[in-house]
This record gives sequence, C-alpha cells and structure tokens, in this order.
Amino acid sequence: MATQVQTIPAPTNVGTLLPSISLWQREIVRFYRQRSRVIGVIVSPVLFWIVIGSGFGSSFRGGNASSQHYLDFFFVGALTMIVLFTSIFAMMSLIEDRNEGFLLTVLVAPVSRSAIVLGKVLGGATLSAIQGLIFLVFAPLVGIHFTIATFGLTALTVFLVAFSLTALGFAIAWPMDSTQGFHAIINLFLIPLWLLSGSLFPLAGASFWIRLLMRINPLTYGTEALRTLLFPFSASPDFPLASSILILGIFSALMFALAFFMANRRTTKPAA
Amino acid sequence: MTTGTTSLDGAVVEFTHARSSVIRVENLQHSYDGRAALKGVSFGVYPAEIFGLLGPNGSGKTTMFRILSTLMLPMGGRAVINGCDAASNPAGLRKQIGVVFQAPSIDVKLSARENLRHVGHLYGMSGSALDKRVDEMLYRVALFDRANDRAETFSGGMQRRLELAKGLLHHPSVLLLDEPTTGLDPGARRDLWQYLAILRDEERVTVIVTTHLMEEAERCDRLAILSEGQLVALGTPTELKNEIGGDVLLLEARKNPEELAVRISQRYGVEATVLDDGKVRLERDQGHRFVTDVVEAFPGEIQSVSVSKPTLEDVFINRTGHRFWTEEQKGAEEKVSGKKKSKKH
Repeated sequence: MATQVQTIPAPTNVGTLLPSISLWQREIVRFYRQRSRVIGVIVSPVLFWIVIGSGFGSSFRGGNASSQHYLDFFFVGALTMIVLFTSIFAMMSLIEDRNEGFLLTVLVAPVSRSAIVLGKVLGGATLSAIQGLIFLVFAPLVGIHFTIATFGLTALTVFLVAFSLTALGFAIAWPMDSTQGFHAIINLFLIPLWLLSGSLFPLAGASFWIRLLMRINPLTYGTEALRTLLFPFSASPDFPLASSILILGIFSALMFALAFFMANRRTTKPAA
Repeated sequence: MTTGTTSLDGAVVEFTHARSSVIRVENLQHSYDGRAALKGVSFGVYPAEIFGLLGPNGSGKTTMFRILSTLMLPMGGRAVINGCDAASNPAGLRKQIGVVFQAPSIDVKLSARENLRHVGHLYGMSGSALDKRVDEMLYRVALFDRANDRAETFSGGMQRRLELAKGLLHHPSVLLLDEPTTGLDPGARRDLWQYLAILRDEERVTVIVTTHLMEEAERCDRLAILSEGQLVALGTPTELKNEIGGDVLLLEARKNPEELAVRISQRYGVEATVLDDGKVRLERDQGHRFVTDVVEAFPGEIQSVSVSKPTLEDVFINRTGHRFWTEEQKGAEEKVSGKKKSKKH
C-alpha cells in the first residue's frame, strides 16, 4: 500500500452535532433492522387500548358511564402508556451496547459525553414518539379531529414526554450491566408513574394523598396536556396547557442533566 | 535500535538515552476492591515501535490497557500519551489513540461500511474525505467486497479485521491493542502481525499490544513483562533472553526433586530450582554436554531431561521464580477462551 508517510493529523475538534446525529441514526437503523421490534410498535398500542380499555370500561361500568366513554378516557392513558414503556425500554439498548462492546468504541472516541447522551436519548425518544404518533391514527375513531395546530402541539407534548422518560431510562441504564436488573428497577418506577398519571383514573375523583402524588408526578402534566389537546371539552381547569408543556420541558431538561451527569462520571472502576 | 539500559530498582525506571517516549507510564497503581492489580509500574514507549505487554492472566495487562485507553482512572501514578495525561486530559488523549479491544466492539447489525462511517463521525470526520478513508481501510483489511454486508454475517477473522480498521480509521499516532489475536487462526494471526509491522514502518504508528502468548511477544520490538502487578523485565526480546546464560535444562526427578536440586547445585555450583510442577530447572552453558554428565552422576534418579535455548518464559521464570502458566491456570484459560464470547474482560 501507500509508501509515503502519512501526515494527516487527527481531527482537532470534534463537534457535538455530528456524533449525536450519527448515534441517533444508528438507533433508528438498528430498530428497523429488527423486524420483531417494528411489528411490536404497530400492533402493541392497538392491543393495549382495545383490550385494557374495553376490559376496564365494562368492569367499571356504573351509573351513566358507558364502555365507549371509558374507551375515550383511556385513549390518552393508552397513548401515555405506549410512550412511557417504549421510551424507558428503548434504553435497554444502552445495556446491550455495553454488553456487546459497542459502547467501548464510543467511550474511547474524543466525543463529548453530552453528544453520547444526546444521540442515544434522541434516538430512543424519536422511536417512542413515532410509536405514539402512529397510535393517533385511531384518534378519529373516538371522535378526535385535529387541526394542524393541535396536531403540532400534540406531537410536541408526545415528544417531550418521550424525551424526558428516555433520558430517565438512560440514567437508570448507565450503571447497569444486566437487562434483568434493569427490568426490576424499571418496574419499580414505571408502574406507579403510570398509575398515578391520570391515565387510568382521573385525578378529580381521587383521595387527597393520591391527588398530591399525582400532582408531583411529572407524567401527569403530559397526560393532562394531551387530554386538553385531544378532548378539549373534558379538560381540567387545574392544568393549563402552557404550564403543563412548560413543566414537561423543565422535566426533560432535568432528566437530560441527570443522564449527562451519569455518563460524565469517570471513576476508578472499569467504564465498560 | 534500543541501546538504553534500564534499571529496575524499586519502581522507577531510568532511561539513559535521549529518545523521547510517546507513551510514559509512571509509577502506575491500581486496585480492585483492595486487591492490587498494578503496584507501581513505570516504562516508556518510543515512537514507531511495537511494544508488548506480556504477562499471564491477572498480571495487570488489562488494567494497564483500561487506564491507557481512558476507560478507567488510575488510583496512583500517571499515564501520558503524546503529552496528554489519561486522568486530566482524556479528550486530548482520545484523539491520539486508536483502540482495538479484546472483546468485540463493532455493531453487528450494521454493515462493515456503516460501522466505519459511524466511527468516522465519532472522530469528527465526514463527507467525501471520510468516504475515501473508509474505502481505503476496507481495501486494506480485505473487506471491500463485503463492505455492504452486515457484520453479523462475518467470520470471526473478518470481524477482527473490521475491529482493526475501526481502530485505525482516524490515523491515530498510537494504536492500543488488547489481546488482538484472541480467537484467530494461525494464518490470521500472522497476517495481523505483518500488518502491525507495516503500520510501524510505513506510517510510523506506535503500537502497544497486550498478550499472554510467548510467540507473539517474540515479535515485539520491546517488551514489558508483568507479573502480579509488577514490572519484572523490560527490553528487547533478544536482550532479555541473552541475560540467561547458555541453555535451559529441565530435569524430571524420579524421587525427590528438592533433594536432587540441592545436590546438583552443590556438585556443579549452579543454581538449580524446583518449579511449581516439580521439575528441576537450571541454566548452563553447553547444555547438551552437561546432560550426559548429570545423568551419569545421578544414576537412576532422573526420569527425563530436556535442553532448550532460553525463551521468554525462561526470562519470566528467572525473574519471578515461577512458571508463566501453572497447570491449573492453563486449564482454566482454555475453558475461558472457549466461552469468551459471552464474557467481557
């Protein structure tokens, strides 16, 4: 091969954007190359909604509430659930990257740790936001008709929920080396987070303590924002749309900071 | 050529020559949960040489590798590559190095080309310059005709070559390799070592490679031999072997090896030692002549005799007093390498 002495210097400045985009792209490519994941994305939301929605609706039918009515109420709950589960479990790929060795490649590269977090989290968030938006195809069935503005705001809300939860998943997955351990911890977080988000039952009828917990739960603001957007008539006056989205934005930033903090630590223990 | 003399008093190594080191390791210390893995190791690596870190499992090679590749902070001492300290300037150091891990680190769901393009992005390369470099590296490691196939369809040797291409993509001036020939057949091993020599000669890349294989260590320009977290020898393979006088004899005693060793030592004024496996070992000029002597002098007491030129293993025994592999370790190593895929490090 070449006999001349190579003098090309190593690149002096590696930005954040290019590595992030590349890592983001890798998440997407890996996703659609695993066919079972693609099928899961399309089928599972529908199953969730129909099975859980009609099941609960029939069981809890009392007074005037009809099964159809609960299916409407649960539409937002199912949407939140889809985004919640997909987002957090998307970061299981971080543990796979660690075990398959790919993470080593990234860790010895001169990229800033924020680029690593951004690429991974954006990748996971994109996938789960897309999954959430696919579910909105069924919106007309429950009588929802979008304007461009409401659809845009809905997409933004879904994305913020997806981003913040993916970042949370990243922070939890970073120090872990087994997917089983991840499952155990996640279930501890995930189920209460979802149950107390106004997805399954409305905040209004709950007891004081439960209401308080629901108020603290950032996911409640996602659920309420979506409900305001999708079912403007049943919107709760306690949760103005703008402040809900603002709180989601702050939560996203906090979770990203947490993920960055986790990834940026260097210790005397092996990093991968 | 290396002409410098090195002294190993304590942990500090003095280099008496003017050549500047690309990599400097000074009194490096590390331990895992109180178990010491590196106990103050120091050495320097010169530009454009293949430098080997030789040692059995648990000698501290991998710990050294982790610290040099910025995956772990050292607990004491310093590791500096091209002026960048591994602890205080990891970003600077990362730009200097290309790394090939012992464990697989490619993404098998991506094609060979996608893997390399992705790594290029992580090093800030893009556009047509990156495309050109990716093609060049694919040619070099003979994967060009499989460039668009997913890495999961590759053989072990091809995946290894892709790992190497990945480590070299960004023109690093220093290449770190951790047991790079793990899982390779002899032909692929030879190819890899030839390629490392080409890199050193044509592109003046400094190569630092960890290994537990004597025949690989023989191919290094200089060697650091580690044992239980300490540097026990440093020099060219030839220098190290020349320290041993003459030939190496191994005697298998029929009865009591300790007694035989003592009597041989007294009779010939040599230092005969009993190794972990019960063989009596001694170093002697004109070993083949000595064989008849010793067998006649101790009739019926010697089961077998072997004479050999000193190897790097003899250097190891000479410096540490025990064999490179105990039989137990050997068996364990074979088991581990069979399952290497599922286990990291």
